[in-house]
Order: sequence, then structure tokens, then C-alpha cells
Amino acid sequence: MKLSALLICCTLIFSGAAMAKEAAPMAADVAIEKRMVAISEELRCLVCQNESLSGSHAELAQDLRREIRKMIGEGKTDQEILDFMVARYGDFVRYRPPVKPTTWLLWGGPFVLLAGGIGALIAFLRRRAKEEAAPVLSEDERRRAAALLDQSNS
Amino acid sequence: MKRFLIPLVVFVVLVFFLAMGLTLNPRDVPSPLKDKPAPAFTLPQLAAADKSFSPADMKGKVWLLNVWASWCVSCRQEHPLLVAFAKEGKVPVVGLNYKDQPRDAKNWLAKFGDPYVVSAVDADGRVGIDYGVYGVPETYVIDKAGMIRMKHTGPITPESLQKQILPLVAELSK
Repeated sequence: MKLSALLICCTLIFSGAAMAKEAAPMAADVAIEKRMVAISEELRCLVCQNESLSGSHAELAQDLRREIRKMIGEGKTDQEILDFMVARYGDFVRYRPPVKPTTWLLWGGPFVLLAGGIGALIAFLRRRAKEEAAPVLSEDERRRAAALLDQSNS
Repeated sequence: MKRFLIPLVVFVVLVFFLAMGLTLNPRDVPSPLKDKPAPAFTLPQLAAADKSFSPADMKGKVWLLNVWASWCVSCRQEHPLLVAFAKEGKVPVVGLNYKDQPRDAKNWLAKFGDPYVVSAVDADGRVGIDYGVYGVPETYVIDKAGMIRMKHTGPITPESLQKQILPLVAELSK
């Protein structure tokens, strides 16, 4: 009990510290900050791979955001900044990698799966329609069934 | 029999892909710097801050660039191997002391041994960015012409040293 209270305290203290550290480089220029966030949301943080560069608290992400700010300040275009990152970390840093032979499967794969799924669905529906079209009971069987039902009702 | 064939094929294909996924290392991001010139830099040396080191100083030699830091736990894990490798004197190992305090770094080398012919101090990690460093330790094999021929991410293991780094070094040294 005591331990968990202590842990909560620690978490609160440290998260406060982390936030304070995060807020420090802001202010300078709102426009630069906005562009920096827009660019870094397109980029993967390589330390914690499922986070974007803009959302990550990893130290490398902070350094790279600083680098992006600097490049924006130097008047680089968004494309130049993306190229800078790709030149160092590869296409993997981009959440939307360019379409080329090595990424065809990545881009096309979902559509192939979708087409396969639709194909299977159509085949299934056709087969079911055929089965339903065939009379389930012959005329004779139907009469016998009716007779049996009558019997059990009375 | 035919009923079971399609699900069976789907299952086998799925298992194949999942098994392949398990053997891949998501940390091992292929470096675009392979077969490109090692980015130039000039940084102060750890042992003597008034002297500097630049990759151009190593021209004509095959060498390893090992990115390390005293705060990095995995670096300590690979360190004994690196010290033993450096003692053999096959190729020079240069250290890039990444985002570290010089005093901590010096203490660390004094305590665990210094495999580096020289360590360059990358205090703010800017050179690390140029080399695409994202997880210390990282090791680059650089050839006589100053080209990066291999990047090893994470601690060097006896296996990766024997199977990947040493054969490449031997080939490049010819």
C-alpha cells in the first residue's frame, strides 16, 4: 500500500519534470513549431518504433526535433527535411514510405487480401444460392411431413 | 478431402509468414549509409580535448567506428569482447563517445579497459544523427577509401564478430 503510494508520487513528480523539460524549447516561434510537429508526425521514432517522432519522449527524438527546428529556421523545405531523415535512417523512418519495388507488397498487400476476401465471399454466396434453389423436400415428403405435424398437433 | 485442402494451405502460408516474422529483428533497420562515404566530422578527442579526430585521419586503413557511452548498459555487455578484439590488433577501433560526460566516459574506460585507438567526443549527438545512430552501441566497418561497408546495431556478440565483422574486415584488408 505504502509502496504504491510512493510509486504514484514518483510518477507524478517525474511526469511533471518530463513535461517541464518538454515545454522549454517551445515559445520561440509558433509557426516553426507547427511545421515541426507536422513533419515529425510523418516520421517514426526509431527508439520506440510505434511512436511518431512528434509524440516520443526518447532523447533521440528530442534531438531530431531540435534538428528539424534548426532546418526550418534555415529555410529548408519539408521535402528537404524528409530527405535528410531518409538519408540517415532509411525509408523506415517514414510512416508513408515511397512506392517502389521493395514496398509494393506493403502498399498492394492489403488490396490483394481484400480482393481475395471478396472473391471468397462471392464464391460462397453463389454456392449457397445454388443449394437454396434446389427443393429441399419433394412433394411426397412435404405431404408426409404435414401429416406428421397434424398428428402431433391433435 | 478437398474441403480441408484450402484451410490447410491458408494455415501453412500463415505459419510460414509468422515464422519468418519471428526470426526477423525489428531493431535491425537496414542502414541507407551502407556503401556510402562515412560522413565527415571533426570532433575533440576524449583523452586530449585540444586535439581533434576526423574520419579523414584514417584514410588508407580499414577501421571500426564503435559508438559508445558510459550510460549505455549494452555497451558494457559488448565491452570485454571489444577489448579482446582490440588486443589482437587486426584493425584499429575508433570510439565515438555519444552524448556522454567526458569525466564519466574517462572513468568508464579506466575501469573496464580502453579498446580504442582514439575516442571522439560527440557531446550533443549531432554526429550520431549523421551516422543514423538510434541505439547505442553501434559499430561501423569502414574501408580504406572511407566507405561504410557494414553497420552493426546493438552489442557485438562473439557470433556476429566471427561470422560478419571479421570476414568482412579480412576481405577489405586485402
